Amino acid sequence: MEENTILVKESLNSAVVKFVIYKPLIAKSARAGQFVILRGREGGERVPVTLVDWDANNGTITVIIQAIGKSTCLFNSLKQGEKFLNVAGPLGTPVEIKNYGTVAVVGGGVGIAEVYPIARALKEAGNRVIAVLGARTKELLILEREMTALCDKTVCATDDGSHGLKGMVTDALQALHDGGEKIDAGFVIGPIPMMKFTSRLMEKLGTVSYASLNPIMLDGTGMCGCCRVTVEGKVRFACVEGPMFPARTIDFDELIRRTGEYKPLEKQSLQAFEKDHVCKCGLH
Amino acid sequence: MPNPSLPRQNGKQQDPSVRKKNFEEVAQIFTREEALAEADRCLHCNNARCQANCPVGVQIPAFIALVKENKVGEALSKIMETSLLPAICGRVCPQEKHCEGNCVLKEKFGAVNIGMLERYTADTARKEGLLTTPVCAKPTGKKVACIGSGPSSLAAAAELARAGHQVTVFEALHAFGGVLRYGIPSFRLPREVIDAEIETVKAMGVTFKTDVLIGATEKVADLLNQLAAGYSASGAGLPPLLGIPGESAVGVYSANEFLTRVNLMQAYKFPQTDTPIQIGHRVVVLGGGNSAMDAARCAMRLGPEAVTVAYRRSAAEMPARAAEVLHAKEEGVVFDYLVTPKEILQDENGRVSGIKCTRNELGAPDAKGRRRPVEIAGSEFVLPADTVIVAIGQRPNPIIAKTTPELKTTERGVLALDDQGRTTLPGVYAGGDIIRGGATVLLAMKDGLEAAHRINAYLQEGK
Ligand SMILES: Cc1cc2nc3c(=O)[nH]c(=O)nc-3n(C[C@H](O)[C@H](O)[C@H](O)COP(=O)(O)OP(=O)(O)OC[C@H]3O[C@@H](n4cnc5c(N)ncnc54)[C@H](O)[C@@H]3O)c2cc1C
Ligand SMILES: Cc1cc2nc3c(=O)[nH]c(=O)nc-3n(C[C@H](O)[C@H](O)[C@H](O)COP(=O)(O)OP(=O)(O)OC[C@H]3O[C@@H](n4cnc5c(N)ncnc54)[C@H](O)[C@@H]3O)c2cc1C
Ligand code: FES
Repeated sequence: MEENTILVKESLNSAVVKFVIYKPLIAKSARAGQFVILRGREGGERVPVTLVDWDANNGTITVIIQAIGKSTCLFNSLKQGEKFLNVAGPLGTPVEIKNYGTVAVVGGGVGIAEVYPIARALKEAGNRVIAVLGARTKELLILEREMTALCDKTVCATDDGSHGLKGMVTDALQALHDGGEKIDAGFVIGPIPMMKFTSRLMEKLGTVSYASLNPIMLDGTGMCGCCRVTVEGKVRFACVEGPMFPARTIDFDELIRRTGEYKPLEKQSLQAFEKDHVCKCGLH
Repeated sequence: MPNPSLPRQNGKQQDPSVRKKNFEEVAQIFTREEALAEADRCLHCNNARCQANCPVGVQIPAFIALVKENKVGEALSKIMETSLLPAICGRVCPQEKHCEGNCVLKEKFGAVNIGMLERYTADTARKEGLLTTPVCAKPTGKKVACIGSGPSSLAAAAELARAGHQVTVFEALHAFGGVLRYGIPSFRLPREVIDAEIETVKAMGVTFKTDVLIGATEKVADLLNQLAAGYSASGAGLPPLLGIPGESAVGVYSANEFLTRVNLMQAYKFPQTDTPIQIGHRVVVLGGGNSAMDAARCAMRLGPEAVTVAYRRSAAEMPARAAEVLHAKEEGVVFDYLVTPKEILQDENGRVSGIKCTRNELGAPDAKGRRRPVEIAGSEFVLPADTVIVAIGQRPNPIIAKTTPELKTTERGVLALDDQGRTTLPGVYAGGDIIRGGATVLLAMKDGLEAAHRINAYLQEGK
């Protein structure tokens, strides 16, 4: 078997695809909270995606990718049996797994996939784990079955109310709190505004919060400084010191500005790509 | 008879007004006539000072004598006895500090153009199929790992292969060459030249692997279970920033990021390639070393209105290679000396809008003998800028040390070495930028060669 081969490809919804990839060295060393860098073709970008699962015995890793731009659309057009050009990792610092007591794992959109391995590790470490899953609409809410099977309690929230609570994950967390849940620690992964407001609420409710940041990355090995974020007033490199940081002191507004840096160019790149490919992600 | 008083040949160069719009090589290779004329100037000194001042001891008078006889294949073999990357060194070494800086002709007639002759020899021999792959000793059956694929590791790998060991080079990125690939631009060092030099090392039997970040993908201890020894040359990492307000504004790049986007990811071909780069109207590069020159010249080629290098001391103290400063000036880069940045200013959207600076004068010399910049009171001014590139040096890459508890580090976070180049983990040696924190290709290669010799000795002791 050749490294980087896609063994399984499965669509989770119109924009999100799960890949099981043959990569024994990473399968052997991966830990919750780490990620890999993928490249799909010569001239392609180095794109960070989270390690959702790994199997050292079979030498496989699992990633779940949402098509939002050129590179992710290209990835999601790869077929079973084809190969990623490069798969490098595991990168980043693993999340500190210990018994915090009762923890909330909060995922928004494809962030649900990213928080899943953390939920699993926390469960194994003896925590009482509550999953709070959010999406725009029912169709985009992924891994509900897996999360429900894993966690002690799972609540869902959709913006349009098509599934679970109508509202945001913050509404769901407030409802849990009002219902008497005392949550000691929270791990949040999703769109930046969602992480910002969720961690603010958590601090208010007495929950220590952590958020996994998604700045733009390049090498992912701590060489270029592109992924810098400000935490506690200090510059930190998310690819080596993160991506998970204590959320209370993260400068989320700066992160929003910095991730928007290439928006017009990214759009141009995606349009050029779509001229040649019919994008099946349904978002464009 | 040698004729040293003939004019020094400098070769031809792409015209500045043309080359500032492309990424093709600036300096053209010597023609045969130019090479022969330049070789004719060499006096072939006994105890040649040029050779004595080459960190890897290239046999300079001897190779130039072979060039003169038109035996480029043999000339290349002569160079490759001590240096496996001649086409690279001929292009990027700071010759004015080593060989050419010590040429006896320097004061009176101008030094022999050793760099261009080395490059001529390497390129011509390769093109004409006259390059002989160095012969390797009988296989020893010993396996050695080289971590990183920069010049230090490449030099060590080739030398270890020459001694008969089975060598694997592990590289974290998707392409080989280290700074040669992601830092130094193609207009100074074409990508094909790096590829060709690596092919030679491959032809010696060295295995190359991408996407392996030692310490993460595989631990050093696991490697040592499978292999007999290792050489760690993982280079610089974590670019230092200035520590002034505004450094996280949109439009501020570290030189490493800017150069990696342009050179490794080929962002200058966007959208044919997928990685974008954003260039403003007024680019300011902060720093005065090789990275600063490369960043400024790459920026120039992306078509802004102006590129300024702001350096805190004066021209005389600038550490960059002399040829690069000259080339940058020819291409229209403006130099503003004795300037210290104090704050990066931002507009209401968090984008760079200028740099608040002060002017300096030169004070007393520091420990290295360079005169220290001293701020002039009340000299504050604003440099207009919408892109800022911070190029103020390198720090050693921390990943190997962080993930290998057996490896002790100094208080600066650098791997601790004894006087034999050994780390605190038996069988593991280290060198290059990871130890020096930013030096030159040659010094990195020298460390690699020395480590290879020490690893040979270590393996011969039967461990
Ligand atoms: C640590 C980490 C883990 C991640 N895990 C996952 C995951 O498991 N699944 C998933 O679908 N996505 C994940 N992402 C996000 C993913 O990397 C981006 O969606 C992807 O890079 C977008 O590339 P594109 O060319 O398709 O889109 P583009 O059109 O280039 O960009 C769309 C948006 O994505 C962001 N982005 C662009 N390039 C990068 C980059 N190189 N690094 C980070 N963000 C970028 C920008 O905010 C941009 O506005 C993760 C990001 C990080 C940093
Ligand atoms: C922009 C720039 C221009 C320069 N110009 C010149 C010049 O003109 N002349 C000159 O003589 N010098 C120049 N230098 C300096 C010179 O390039 C360096 O001193 C030299 O490359 C150092 O070599 P190295 O092998 O130690 O490290 P590097 O070249 O940095 O190579 C290290 C490699 O190791 C890889 N790596 C890191 N960590 C790991 C890991 N854990 N596992 C596996 N791989 C890993 C990195 O990805 C990298 O490829 C320049 C430097 C820069 C930054
Ligand atoms: S992505 Fe380059 S340092 Fe983090």
